[in-house]
Amino acid sequence: MLRFVVKKVLLALSTLLAVSVITFGMFFAVPNNPAELMCGDSKNVCSPERIEMIERRMGLDKPIPAQYGDFMRGVFVGRTIGAGETARDCPAPCLGFSFRNDEPVTGIVGRTLPVTLSIVFGAAVVWLVLGVSIGMVSALRRGTAFDKLAVGTSLVGASMPILLFGPLLLIGLVYETGVLSYPRYTPLTENPLAWASAMLLPWFALGFLNSATYARLSRAQMLETLSEDFVRTARAKGLAKITVYGRHALRAAITPIITIAGLDLGAYLGGTVITETVFGFTGLGRTALNAALNLDMPIVMATVLLAAVFVIAANVLVDVLYAVVDPRVRLG
Amino acid sequence: MGTPASSASSATPTVDPYLRVRDLRVRFRTEDGVVRAVDGLSFGVERGRTLGIVGESGSGKSVTSLAVLGLHDPRRTEISGEIRVGGRDIVGLPDAECRKLRGRDMAMVFQDPLSALHPYYSVGRQIAEAYRVHHPEAGRRAAWRRAIEMLGRVGIPQPERRVDDYPHEFSGGMRQRVMIAMALVNDPDLLVADEPTTALDVTVQAQILDLLADLQAEFNSAIVLITHDLGVVSQVADDVLVMYAGRAVEHGSVEQVLRRPQHPYTWGLLSSVPSLHGDADADLVPIRGNPPSLIHLPPGCAFHPRCRYADRTGGRSSTEVPELLPVAEAGHRVACHLPEADRQRYYADEIAQVGVAL
Repeated sequence: MLRFVVKKVLLALSTLLAVSVITFGMFFAVPNNPAELMCGDSKNVCSPERIEMIERRMGLDKPIPAQYGDFMRGVFVGRTIGAGETARDCPAPCLGFSFRNDEPVTGIVGRTLPVTLSIVFGAAVVWLVLGVSIGMVSALRRGTAFDKLAVGTSLVGASMPILLFGPLLLIGLVYETGVLSYPRYTPLTENPLAWASAMLLPWFALGFLNSATYARLSRAQMLETLSEDFVRTARAKGLAKITVYGRHALRAAITPIITIAGLDLGAYLGGTVITETVFGFTGLGRTALNAALNLDMPIVMATVLLAAVFVIAANVLVDVLYAVVDPRVRLG
Repeated sequence: MGTPASSASSATPTVDPYLRVRDLRVRFRTEDGVVRAVDGLSFGVERGRTLGIVGESGSGKSVTSLAVLGLHDPRRTEISGEIRVGGRDIVGLPDAECRKLRGRDMAMVFQDPLSALHPYYSVGRQIAEAYRVHHPEAGRRAAWRRAIEMLGRVGIPQPERRVDDYPHEFSGGMRQRVMIAMALVNDPDLLVADEPTTALDVTVQAQILDLLADLQAEFNSAIVLITHDLGVVSQVADDVLVMYAGRAVEHGSVEQVLRRPQHPYTWGLLSSVPSLHGDADADLVPIRGNPPSLIHLPPGCAFHPRCRYADRTGGRSSTEVPELLPVAEAGHRVACHLPEADRQRYYADEIAQVGVAL
């Protein structure tokens, strides 16, 4: 088991290394000269001499592999970017420095990541609990009114974009009725109650829409599992229905759902652009989008790298969880 | 298993046997129509004896076994008739009541032990669970010891080590032993084994059958052995019930049904088994045609479209459903329109001469 985990982690780390190289390459693939971007918007300020100076100070005149080395060193031990009066201290983990915001990228990420984490983890709880339980009950009550309603609703949910559902919620619950106030993010550490109440709308919006997919998936999984021989064996042993379904069938049906949930979670942690935008949160996704529009490359790089970290970490987690759940995996 | 001398008596029992099935009918409603999977089946099995139920796929063998355990989904299945297990009628019994009998008074061994055991739980856990559900007073440790004891009982080496293993870590034969250990953990009086050796190697097959016989001798349980393998039946059964299209077509002791069969379908089954003693070059005689649809059964005798002797019944075979009636020899019953004398003559002249395997 330990060997299995170590192998998976090493594999993930090497993937991550490859991603970091590619991301770093992105910086240079952009048609704009980074020094030009940093020197300011107005063309008249940027004389060729000034650009050359910036390049020297920023180390942009160094060969690209050396720059990559600087970047990676910064991630682990921190570094000082630039020299002279424009020198900026960037403590570890340094993901670069956004000159547009005059702030280390780490600081920006540190501010916006908790927003995204709050949205995604809360919504994930909603969609897993709601989706899986609806799917399971639906499968056990196949053909009943509940099942038909659930299947119908989940079809609507699965095909509705949050771009539409989010504003509808806002109109229905905030603007027209005032049941909820317009969400304003408060850090969890500051005021847990305010944090939760601000998160209600995004949790429900993202959670409900995703629960549709999970309901359909778990219904299908459960129906398949119910026809398995070992479920019949469990019944033949004289086990109560609740044990047959809740233990024997559920355990087998939920396994593929763990995979999808893990991968979904990884993908969402990289940023939930639309949800954040609709409800006016400044999370990782919106920050990344704005940075991309403004060509603020250090932020783009950092957010892409972070998103990759989440996806890869989720993959490792899913692999390990799978091995815990399914004893047949351990050998592989 | 059991004593051959008394074998004739159980087909027409005087005392009520442990398992008594009377006029069992099982129907499934499907979109294409009503499937009559079992249609008017009656038989009995006493404790300490083994009944082999044989027939082709779709003859209703497995449906019968699931009905005995009360495992059919009541929403999709119509069951009528009587299934008495130790005096209690399973038909119409609420699932909560039936559940108490399952695994305790009657247990089941399935065909494919790999898919019938839960892949995510250790075999010890699965056996212990089966024990604890009917022995709620037993603690975890007692149930675990019981699991180890049962694994040893069914011949699994080093049971205290293997108890933690998962089903996929066992070979096919060992897995079926686990399945048997689980079925017998509560000392059931009735064991239904649905094709217990079909998924196994021939050598392992014999071991499993021996094990079942040994355990039967020890626990004195009644066994219903569902199989399509006449070799298995001849090896372990006391009585044989031949099923075709949901009905019994021949019923009697092993000796009667396999040595002096009177139903053309049974002859067909016997002729399609290769013989070790007969002529190696002789062609096997398959039963022509295919098993009928259980939604649209042929009128009259369901076997008549495939029967070589159907034209010798004066047309009755295509109009009248033959009843399972006693023949001259006590305990032997056959559902066929041919006169008994004719049946004996055809068998002696046309079938036995060619040579049957068993």
